[in-house]
Amino acid sequence: MTPGTPELALALDGSIAALFVVFGLGVVVTRQMLGTLYLFMLHAAALTASAIVLAIGLGSPHLVWVAVITFTTKVVAVPLVLRWAAGAEIYERREVDQVLTIPMSVLIAAVLALIAWVAADPLVQAVPGHPFAAINLPTGIMSILFGAFTVAVRREGVAQLMGLLIMESGAFFASISIVSHLSVIAEIAAAVDVPIAALVIGLLIRSIHRVTGITRVGLLAELRERH
Amino acid sequence: MVLVLILVIPCVAALVALASPRVAPWTSLAAVLATLALAVTATLRCTQDGILYAADRSLSLDPAAALYLLLVAFVGTTAALYSIGYLHARAAEQGAGQPPRYRQYWTLFNIFLASMLAIPLVSNLAAIWIAIELTTIFSAFLVAYEDRPKALEAAWKYVVLTSMGAMIALLGVLVLYYGVSRLGQAVTWSGLLAAAPRMQPAVLLTSFILWLVGFGAKAGLVPLHTWLPDAHSQAPAPICALLSGVETSAALYMLLRIYPALAINPGIASPAAWYLAAGLIAVATAAFLLFQVHDFKRLFAYSTIEHMGIIMAARGLGGSDQLGTVYQFFAHAFTKSFCFYAAGLATVVFGTQEIAAVRGLISRSPPVGWALLLGAFAIAGTPPFALFIAEFRILATGFGTGQYLATGLLTAFIVLAFIAILYQVGRITFGEPAASAGTPLPATSVAALAVAFVPVLVFGFYLPAPLAALIRQAAALLGGAS
Repeated sequence: MTPGTPELALALDGSIAALFVVFGLGVVVTRQMLGTLYLFMLHAAALTASAIVLAIGLGSPHLVWVAVITFTTKVVAVPLVLRWAAGAEIYERREVDQVLTIPMSVLIAAVLALIAWVAADPLVQAVPGHPFAAINLPTGIMSILFGAFTVAVRREGVAQLMGLLIMESGAFFASISIVSHLSVIAEIAAAVDVPIAALVIGLLIRSIHRVTGITRVGLLAELRERH
Repeated sequence: MVLVLILVIPCVAALVALASPRVAPWTSLAAVLATLALAVTATLRCTQDGILYAADRSLSLDPAAALYLLLVAFVGTTAALYSIGYLHARAAEQGAGQPPRYRQYWTLFNIFLASMLAIPLVSNLAAIWIAIELTTIFSAFLVAYEDRPKALEAAWKYVVLTSMGAMIALLGVLVLYYGVSRLGQAVTWSGLLAAAPRMQPAVLLTSFILWLVGFGAKAGLVPLHTWLPDAHSQAPAPICALLSGVETSAALYMLLRIYPALAINPGIASPAAWYLAAGLIAVATAAFLLFQVHDFKRLFAYSTIEHMGIIMAARGLGGSDQLGTVYQFFAHAFTKSFCFYAAGLATVVFGTQEIAAVRGLISRSPPVGWALLLGAFAIAGTPPFALFIAEFRILATGFGTGQYLATGLLTAFIVLAFIAILYQVGRITFGEPAASAGTPLPATSVAALAVAFVPVLVFGFYLPAPLAALIRQAAALLGGAS
C-alpha cells in the first residue's frame, strides 16, 4: 500500500472526526429509538472511514482489516442481531425518555468535549511522530465520555446499549492513530466480541420486557439498599 | 497441549449441554474435574520449569497466572458439584414442579468458566481484555437465571456498569499496546516488563489510570461497586461463588500485574499510593455498609468489596514483599466461595435471604448453621483460617516498614468489618428458629460445601510444598522480581 498525501489525509480525517462527534452527540440527545440506532450506525461508519484514511495515510494494511471488521460488525451485524434478539422494541417508532432535558444534555456534552481535549493533551504530547493522534485521541476520548453519559442519563435499555457501543467505537477511534498493527488474533476476537455483547444485551432487554412489561431499565429500582 | 486442553474441555462441555441438557450436570462435572487435573499438572510444571508456552506462544503460563488458573479451576469444580442439587432445590421451592433450565445454565456455566480460564492463559494483553469482557457477557444470564424482575434488574446493572468499565479499560489496553510495541516488544506481561523502563511515563500512567477506573468497576472498587451487592443477592449461590471468588479477582489480577511495570519506570513517582488510596476507600466503605445490610448474600458481597480493597491496600503497602497480597488473593477465592455455598443452603432451608426473617440456623440445620458461622469467622480473618495468615502478614509488613497511619487505618477498618460480619451472622445462626420443619439439603451441595471447607481450614496452618513454592514465585513476580 502506498502512503497517500499526509495533508489531504489529515484534512479528511479531521472532517470525519467532526462527523464522529456529531453522530456521537446525536446518540446522546436523539428522542427516537430508531434514530438512536441509525446514529450509532453512522457513528460506526465514521470510524470505518477514519480507519481507511489512516490505512492509506500511514500505509498500514492492518487498518484495512479494522475498517472491514468495524463495518461488518457494527454497521451490519449489530442492527441485525438486535432486531433478532430484542425484536419489535428496537424498531418501534417511539420516544426515549431521559433523566435530563435535551438542552441540559447538550450543555454537559459540551463540557465533556472540553474535558476530553484537556485529558488527551498529555498523551498527544507523549506520542510524537503520529500526525493523526492530535485528531483521533481527543475525539475518541470524547466519544467514550459521550457513551458513558448516555448510559447514565438514558432510561431505555437499547439507548444504554448504544451508549456502551459508542464507548467501544471511541476507544478504537482514539487508538487507531497510534496502534496500527493489532495482532490478528486480537482483531478477530474483537470482531466476535461486539456482536456477542449486542446479542446478549439484546436478549436481556427482551427478557426484561417479558417479565416486567417495560424496556425502560432506568425505572427498575427494586434493589436499592434499605436504611 | 495441556494449556490448550484446559480451554477446549469447557467449550466441549458447553456444546454437550446445548445438545443434550439432561446429561449436562454430570458431563459438566466431569469436564471441570478434568480441567482441575490439567490445571494442577500445568501448575506443577510451571513451578519447576518457569513459564510454559503453547500454541505458538499464544498461550503461556507463569507462576502468577498459574495461581489464578488453579483458583478458577478449583472454585469451578466445587461450583459445578454444588449446582447439581442446588438447582433442583431452588426449582422445587419456586416453580411448583418446574424443572431447572439445564440447557441455559450449564451451557453458560461452561463458557463462563472457559472465558475465566482464558484470562491467565492467553499471552496477548488485548486478548486478555477480550476474555475479561466475555466473562461479563456470558455470566449475565447466569445472574438473571431465576428470571424474576429483581434478578433481571441485577443482571442489567451488572452488565452495564462492568461493560462501561471494560470500554474504559480497552482504551488503556490499546494505549499500552502502542507503548510496548513501539519498543519492539511483544504485547504480553513479559514484554510489558521489558519495555517498561523505556516507556514514556505519560503513556504508562494513562494506561494504568484507565485500567484502575475500568477494571476497578469489575473488581467492585468504590465508587464503582454498586452492581456487586445487587448481582450477588440475585444470582444463584454457585454463580455468586464464581463471581465473588474468582471473577472480581480477574480485574484485580490485571491491576496487580501492571504494578511491576509502573515501579520500574523512572518517570512514575509512588505508584503504590494509587493502590493504597483505592484500597483504603473500598475497605472503609465496605466496613460501614456491612452494618446496614438486610440480606445475608449482600453481606458477603460487601465483604468481597472489603477484600478487594484489602488486596489493593496490601499492594500499596507491600513494596517488593507481596507475600501477604498474594496469600490474601489466594485465600479470598476459596473462603468466599465456601461462604456463598453456606449462604445458598441457608436460603434453601429458610426460603429467604432476609437477615431479620432468619433466626436459629444452627438449631434448624446444624451443618448449614455451623458452616455459615465458620465461614463468617474465616472470611473475617480469624485464626486459624488462611485469611488470618494473609491479613497478619499484610499488617505486619505495613507496620514493619513504618507506614503507621495507612496501616493503622487499614487495621481499624478490618476490625470494624470483622465486628459487622460476626454481628450479622450471629443474628442468623443463633436464637430460636421460627418453625421446626426440616428441609432436606441437596446432597451434592453439601458435598461441595465439605470439599470447599478443606482449603479454608487446612491452608491456615499447612501448605503443601509445591503450593508454597507457587505462592512465593507469584509474590516475587508481582513484587517486581524478573
